[in-house]
Order: sequence, then structure tokens, then C-alpha cells
Amino acid sequence: MRYAMAVDTRKCVGCSDCVVACQTENNVPIGFCRDWVVEVMDGTYPQLEIEIRSERCNHCINAPCVRCCPTGASHFAEGGIVLVDRNKCIGCGACIASCPYDARYPHPAGYVDKCTFCLHRIKEGLKPACAAVCPTKCIYFGDLDDPNSDVSVVLKKRKSKTLIPAAGTKPQLYFLI
Amino acid sequence: MKEEILVSGRMNDLIDPQLNIWHWEIPLYLFLGGMAAGILCIAAVYYLRGRENDYKTAVRITPFLAPILLVIGLLALFADLRHKLFFWQLYTNIRLQSPMSWGAWTLMVITPVSFIWSALHIKDIFPRWDWKFEWLNEVESFFIKHKKILAWVMLVYGIILGIYTGILLSAFNARPLWNTSILGPLFLASGLSAGAAATLLISKDKAERKQFARVDLVLIGIELFLIIHMFMGFLASTQVQIDAVNMFLGGPFTMSFWIFVVILGMIIPALLEFLELGRFYIPVIVPAILVIFGSMMLRFIIVYAGQVSRWLY
Repeated sequence: MRYAMAVDTRKCVGCSDCVVACQTENNVPIGFCRDWVVEVMDGTYPQLEIEIRSERCNHCINAPCVRCCPTGASHFAEGGIVLVDRNKCIGCGACIASCPYDARYPHPAGYVDKCTFCLHRIKEGLKPACAAVCPTKCIYFGDLDDPNSDVSVVLKKRKSKTLIPAAGTKPQLYFLI
Repeated sequence: MKEEILVSGRMNDLIDPQLNIWHWEIPLYLFLGGMAAGILCIAAVYYLRGRENDYKTAVRITPFLAPILLVIGLLALFADLRHKLFFWQLYTNIRLQSPMSWGAWTLMVITPVSFIWSALHIKDIFPRWDWKFEWLNEVESFFIKHKKILAWVMLVYGIILGIYTGILLSAFNARPLWNTSILGPLFLASGLSAGAAATLLISKDKAERKQFARVDLVLIGIELFLIIHMFMGFLASTQVQIDAVNMFLGGPFTMSFWIFVVILGMIIPALLEFLELGRFYIPVIVPAILVIFGSMMLRFIIVYAGQVSRWLY
């Protein structure tokens, strides 16, 4: 099993509904976010192009945060999801410094917090909160080992990219372009 | 001109707009740990080579600083933790891939060793010291009997402590400035140099001071070589690492790095030590303090600048 997510940058309108849904679902403290929207504008006026991405933890296969964690609090859970065990985390910040995507944040309670791909919802057969709530249905989620899952189908049909592949982290958050 | 504007909706405290997760605690610890490692390595080397009587201060007196530096460093590390009550998790797990785990276990060995080494020489500072309890005398004679083994442990773990403070940072490929294996040897050389400067500062023996001025001179030379080597490596590397090193070559950290670390912390003390080896009389406190100060600034600047350097995407 290999969970992955694909975000369609051509369908995403940048409404930030995924952000609010995540904050509500996961009780994210005020002022923090586990997922966020990035808008990249490039080109020369008037030939401008905009790419909108809903970003979150990339649940890397070669995750530097898991490697650097001195206590094993950052670990791989089922399907390769990267999780933080709150009762093992000492809040040293090594994982935060090691993430090239800056996807983690220090929770005011002391431990480090991040996207979990809503593992608690997946276990009930539901989609992650961000994917479930997206009004343009631009977030695809599923098991890459299952050729019929939403994410496998759309990744076969469309061109995609990952963020900073040169960092060698093998991210599992794909962006359809 | 083709331009790119990136707007992010993320504004997490201490993460955005640029990473600021590690403050003064970490560089202070890296400096104190490095200096303690330097002091202990030097003491162990001269003891094992049988030069204890020639370099009495370095082998017997300066190591008293090590446990003090290590305890202050450990307190700084503890102050940095955000989930403090779970700190013991460091000692219920061994994670071979994590430099921080290596460091935690190294400190578990080197801190008691530094206390024991100091205790063995406490009569040098307090001649009328009495252990009061018979069993403490027995413990002391046990360690005196096995002092050679103790010195070897101190040397090996001292080197690990000195190198790991650099490897701790170089393991983070997310921060291009830190992601160079030169940082390990550089921090070791800088720690040894600060350790030699500590003996230079304390010693009242002229021959010993001359020897440590010479040792420090060599170490400063090694440091300068490693810094140039590191910068050349960055400049020949990928765009993110070129951007990272440009912070020191015209960017925001240029002044602080070249003035505090290179000129005040290395070149001026090297010049003064060189003059001292000649016929000139130099108040030894000046180069020694400058070397220790430069060694601290190196950690602070590398830790802060590293957090600014990043991958762009």
C-alpha cells in the first residue's frame, strides 16, 4: 500500500476551502495550518500564467524528517504516511529544520504537528478532509499500488510533477500540470 | 524580463516568512560542546603521549572547564526543547541515522568522563581536598589505575562530540548552507582551536604557552583552509548552494562573517600568536579571547544563516 495525493493545478481556483476544512477537522491551533495554497505567477506582461497549488506534507518515501528524528517520534505509518507520535516527540525541531517543504510547525502544546493525510478518516473509508471538501474536486487521493484508485487513474492520464525532486526526498504529493 | 511571483497562504509562526526554529540555545551549545571536546581531546592526547609534566595546565587544569561548559550546554539544549517533559525519550531510543541521537548518547558518556577526569585532578586546585568517605577514595584509586583507558575514551568520544556538532547540521539537505560534510571537520578544528586557546589563557608556564600558541596557529590554518574549501565546494555546486554561499560573499551575512569569524576570530589572533612566538611580548589574553569569541560567532552565524538558506520552488 502506498498512499499518494494528486492536486490538479488547472482545476484549483485557490479558494482555500481545503485549508479551512483541515483546520476544522484536525483542530489545528489558530494561526497555523497543515495545508496551504500557493499561487505562482510567471511570464512577461501581458503573457502571464498562474499556477495554483494546494500544498501540504509530501509524505516522502525518503523522508529527511524521519531520518533526523532522534527519538523515532517521526515515523512511517501504514501506506507510507509520515506521522508524529506526540508521546515521543521532544520538540527539538530537527524535523522542522530537515524539511525542504517547511511542511511542519511547532504546535503550541510543544510537540511538532503536520498533515496526516487524515489517516483517521482513511481508516473509516473516507477521503482526507481537504479532498472531500474541494468544490472543484481537484484533489485526488488513493493507493498507488491499486491501479483503479482515483490517484493512480489520474496520474496515468495526466502529466504531473513533484516539488523539488532534486532534494531526493521522493515526494508523494503530485501536481497535475 | 521574465519574472516569477510566488504568493503563499502559509504563515506558521517560526516557519514563515523564513525558518527561525533554532535560536541562541543551539549555537551556544554547539560552541560550548565543541570547546569542551577540544579541551578534553588535547588533555587526552598529551596525557597518552606521556607529556603530562610538560603540559600540566592542559592535562590537569584546563579540563576543569569541560564539565562546566558541558553542563551549561546541556541546560541550553534542554531550554531549546519545546516538549520538555518528554526529553527522556532520547534515552529510550537509539536512532543510528539521526545525528542528534548520536549526540545525546555521546553526551551521556563524555559528560561523566569529564567529571571523573576533573575529580582525579582536584587536588591540583585544592591541595587540601579530602574525599571524606573511604569508598570515594577507592573509586578514585580505581580510576587512577585505569587512567589510560579513561583517556582513550575521552579522546574518542571527544572527537565524536567535536565532529557531530557539525554533522548535526550537515545532515539537513533542506538547508543548502548546512548540507556540506566539511562542517564536521570545520567545527572539530574550531573546537580544538578554542580548547587550545583556553589553555593559552590559563597557563602560567611560558614554554606551555608557546606550545599552545603554535598548536592554535596550526589549527587556525586548518580552519581557514576548510572555510575556503567549503566556499569553493559551494560555488561549484547547484544553484541553491551558490545562493547559500553568496550570503557570505556580498549577501546579508558578509560583514558579520568576515569581520567577526575570519578577521577577529582567526587572522588577528594568528598574527598575534605568530608575533608572540618571535621576540614580541603579547598579552596572551587578547589572542585567546579572540579565538574563543570567533569560534562562538562561527556557530551563531552558520546556524542563523543556514536557516535562511533554502530550496526555492
